[in-house]
Amino acid sequence: MAKFTKKMGGELPAVNTASLPDIVFMLLFFFMVATVMRQNTLMIQNKLPFANQVEKLDKKDLVMYIYAGKPSQRYQQKYGSEARIQLNDKFAEVSDVQQFIYAEREAKREELIPYLTTALKVDVETNMGLVSDIKQELRKAEALKINYTTRIGDVNKN
Amino acid sequence: MAKRSAPEVNAGSMADIAFLLLIFFLVTTTIETDRGISRKLPPIPVEDIVPPVIKQKNIFTVIVNRNNDLLVEDQLMDLKDLREAAVKFLDNGGGVGEEACDYCQGVRDPSSSDNPEKAIISLVNDRQTKYGTYISVQNELVGAYNFLRNREAQRLYGMDYSEMEKNFNDPNYNGNKEVLGKRVDEIQNMYPQKLSEAEPKSL
Repeated sequence: MAKFTKKMGGELPAVNTASLPDIVFMLLFFFMVATVMRQNTLMIQNKLPFANQVEKLDKKDLVMYIYAGKPSQRYQQKYGSEARIQLNDKFAEVSDVQQFIYAEREAKREELIPYLTTALKVDVETNMGLVSDIKQELRKAEALKINYTTRIGDVNKN
Repeated sequence: MAKRSAPEVNAGSMADIAFLLLIFFLVTTTIETDRGISRKLPPIPVEDIVPPVIKQKNIFTVIVNRNNDLLVEDQLMDLKDLREAAVKFLDNGGGVGEEACDYCQGVRDPSSSDNPEKAIISLVNDRQTKYGTYISVQNELVGAYNFLRNREAQRLYGMDYSEMEKNFNDPNYNGNKEVLGKRVDEIQNMYPQKLSEAEPKSL
């Protein structure tokens, strides 16, 4: 009995916070892993034009991205400064677009294929010639739903 | 020398450091959704189909040259006037008899478009045109359609068309989707987006 009475009247023991760092680290790692900064490493300059009549493009799994623009500074020595297409981390030619669309379709579930949209992320400074070539290839591949990705803003800033 | 036990490192501030990092990542990472102008490309035409003849007055030509100048219906125009001109053309309603347009509020000029269903905007680019200009033009033309659709939606249902469309695409919308879908279709058919793009040429 005396054993127990000894503790009586003492202060409340502090809550053990030794596992707090572990919990926080767990959360930290979760956020570090789960957040994707960018899907593709851009090898081109990609300053999108402004527009204000825009629609949202959700359901990321239904979007195929085609980038175009001038190669970035560090690639200009190798690839020149003429605007180029980028597909999946690589520079590509116009003729590769069709193959890319087919490959992307292959990776998707069959019932989703009609809902696929192609997002064109093209630099403001690009000439329409290249964009038209891409569009022509998309027509050939029957990927008719497209979206010109833009920033929201006034068109006068273009 | 007596072996001293190494003092334990104080790990009390570990939680603070980790919290700091956590908050940094929470704040900096934005799960962004892309936005843009949605378009539908025309399918590649079958060889032996003869294109229908379209009256010249039903075509609104917009030409953008390599210096990013706009030529609208054979007249130089500033970008800021394009939307108004497009609205005026689409909403003209100059048709008579069967081609009359009872909801158009335009001037009913017989030398401009018959009705919005027949009115076609034709956009021609040069290969050297800047993409930014092209998007600006597209934006203004889509803006013209949206303006007219919003107006009709306001008149008929007291609601903006863009809002109707947003609700229709929202899976959590708890109104009557069937009715809404019909209304969206109706407004779309009143002002169908007929935007034709020619293959770019070197002008």
